[in-house]
Amino acid sequence: MSVGGGVVQYPDAGGAGHGHADAHGAGAVHFTLRGYVTGFLAAVTLTAIPFWLVMGRTFGSSGITAAVILAFAAVQIVVHMVYFLHMSPKSEGGWNLLALLFTVMLVVIALSGSLWVMYHLNHNMMPESMQNMHNMP
Amino acid sequence: MSELTSNLMGRLTWDAIPYNEPILLWTFVAVALGGVGILAAVTYFRAWGVLWRDWITSIDHKKIGIMYIILGLVMLLRGFSDAIMMRAQQVLSFGNSMGFLPPHHYDQVFTAHGVIMIFFVAMPLVTGLMNFVVPLQIGARDVAFPFLNNFSFWMTAFGAGLVMMSLFVGEFARTGWLAYPPLSGILYSPDAGVDYYIWSLQIAGVGTLLSGINLIATIVKMRAPGMTLMKMPVFTWTALCTNVLIVAAFPVLTAVLALLSLDRYAGTDFFTNELGGNAMMYVNLIWIWGHPEVYILILPAFGVFSEVVSTFSGKRLFGYASMVYATIVITILSYLVWLHHFFTMGSGASVNAFFGITTMIISIPTGAKIFNWLFTMYRGRIRFEVPMLWTIGFMITFVIGGMTGVLLAVPPADFVLHNSLFLVAHFHNVIIGGVLFGMFAGINYWFPKAFGYKLDPFWGKCSFWLWVSGFWFAFMPLYVLGLMGVTRRLSHFDDPSLRIWFEIAAFGAGLIFLGIMSLIIQLVVSYRNRASLRDTTGDPWDGRTLEWSTSSPPPAYNFAFTPVVHDNDTWADMKKNGYVRPQRGFIPIHMPKNTGAGFIIAALSALGGFAMIWHMWLVACVALATMLTAVIVHTFNYKRDFHIPAEEVVRVEGIRTRMLASHV
Repeated sequence: MSVGGGVVQYPDAGGAGHGHADAHGAGAVHFTLRGYVTGFLAAVTLTAIPFWLVMGRTFGSSGITAAVILAFAAVQIVVHMVYFLHMSPKSEGGWNLLALLFTVMLVVIALSGSLWVMYHLNHNMMPESMQNMHNMP
Repeated sequence: MSELTSNLMGRLTWDAIPYNEPILLWTFVAVALGGVGILAAVTYFRAWGVLWRDWITSIDHKKIGIMYIILGLVMLLRGFSDAIMMRAQQVLSFGNSMGFLPPHHYDQVFTAHGVIMIFFVAMPLVTGLMNFVVPLQIGARDVAFPFLNNFSFWMTAFGAGLVMMSLFVGEFARTGWLAYPPLSGILYSPDAGVDYYIWSLQIAGVGTLLSGINLIATIVKMRAPGMTLMKMPVFTWTALCTNVLIVAAFPVLTAVLALLSLDRYAGTDFFTNELGGNAMMYVNLIWIWGHPEVYILILPAFGVFSEVVSTFSGKRLFGYASMVYATIVITILSYLVWLHHFFTMGSGASVNAFFGITTMIISIPTGAKIFNWLFTMYRGRIRFEVPMLWTIGFMITFVIGGMTGVLLAVPPADFVLHNSLFLVAHFHNVIIGGVLFGMFAGINYWFPKAFGYKLDPFWGKCSFWLWVSGFWFAFMPLYVLGLMGVTRRLSHFDDPSLRIWFEIAAFGAGLIFLGIMSLIIQLVVSYRNRASLRDTTGDPWDGRTLEWSTSSPPPAYNFAFTPVVHDNDTWADMKKNGYVRPQRGFIPIHMPKNTGAGFIIAALSALGGFAMIWHMWLVACVALATMLTAVIVHTFNYKRDFHIPAEEVVRVEGIRTRMLASHV
């Protein structure tokens, strides 16, 4: 809680709000050079590999390349969250994890739902030509 | 020279001013006279300084909440004038008569009506109530980001300003309130109407999103000691879930509108039939925002009803935990139903069945809430004050709206009823009967807290009965017409046998007009009788939650000492256990400081929006650059907080002590 000694701390109220996150105990983050360097190297590696995959045409099919790049992108997101946004299951007393899970759930619903819906919409459109009319359900 | 002119003025010419349309001209004259009158009054009463220092630049959540509600009520008048024009047109325009609105004007009227009622009436009312009430209910002194709160309000207000401007400069969209392409694309809507729509919603959307973040942070971080999540008042719970929905849903709206603007401004093909574009993607995406939006509006209204039922039945809310879980379940399920808005657009049976079933499931937690309210009333000592009347009116009206909603959730039924007046009747049934009644209950309930005197009950009851009966007269005929197959958004009818139903609906709209007038009279009469309606105790209704523990209106710092919470209904618990108000030991209170930055940045963004609407590229660039400069300058403002000295706290609390003594 941000109430200490009867003084409410405002996160955006200039200097007065700074550093109050440390006072909570739960979820205090430690910024270390080592963490940032690890994150930076991981992020660079995860960017360089997909770049090389495209430039060197390592996989024959562009479909496989796209899938692999997406996988690297997903890992990249996790690296950013852990090393740069300092998220962990315990940060902010678990609220960060809860918010992340909720976000992931909604993104999955919206993306997979949209794909499913759009696929179906096209499937049931009027056929483009009279010949295809015979194949209608 | 001509290039400079075109960069400065874009496509804005004198032709954009509708001086050949008598209705708009007279409206303009009335608005101009009213505006001049207000400016003159403010000058006469030398109120400019007060207005700027105490309201426009205020970062006090209570004042911002009140300003949101004023914005909502003013825009309600505009949205309702649109409504009454449509009702009049549909009564008159039969057979040979074409009524008084030409189709291109009628189309703007129904679009503006929808946009205004959702974005600039319902949203400001909901956000305003949450802003005012939530910090008081959780025992906080302001929201987490007070400056951001002021900025959010002004973004919303300037968004509303842009919509209003479209009345007199150019025109509004003629596309319906969600502006589906291809109709809203550049080919079919080449004029400025859809651009007004896009930019006003984008600007207001920033405000809504930021206020959502703000209230989540407030509720999560700033609750009084002892107030665990399961001890939060239900209104705060619904506010938390609503703001989570806002933060998750509004970016989708922003993205969809951005894609539509790219289609219109940059010639891309996201929602056209060229180059793999698909207009259905717009419909899909906008309803991924649009369905949660419905729950963004209704959840806080459910919160208000929970508070009101519990207070006026003199009982603890029945089934608190089930109420909380029902709210959370609705929050999540609201993301799984969006396709029911376009069942008929080509989806196969499996997709329609899935979304039809999820839609029916969502009525279960909602039904549970209705039963919780009924069981709260059961064996309570119910006081039929105005907020309670609105709540009972809601329960009866909303259940009907909910049932027609479940009916529409059945895909085969929807194939018959979609795009008909049945649908129009259904969503007015839930939005008026749910959201609006909830907001009126909330305004009547918390008004004494905000201003220190109750609202006049006689005119409140007039308003209530006129609104409720007006609603039933206005929308039941639309159910009938919809079942007979009459589609929405028509400005002319040939079949004279339909006319009687439209006449009944128009009569209902007339009753609603009287209801709105009664509301205005209620405000005026209450102000004039404020001495006899005075609330000296700060607890006029024998309330149960923390906002009633402080004075009415609350001091700038809300609570001299942060309360400690031991129970769900904290204030009821404190009263029962003989709480004694502390009268000494006051210390200076740390508070945020007013700033004009929010108003200035929002005004510049509205100027930028206006320039983009009219393709004034130079003006748009200058506005954007100035706005960014203002933002950067504001970040160097380190004088953001101050301390209310202990002597001032002693003085204010002393006044309260004398006030309480005078009551007894």
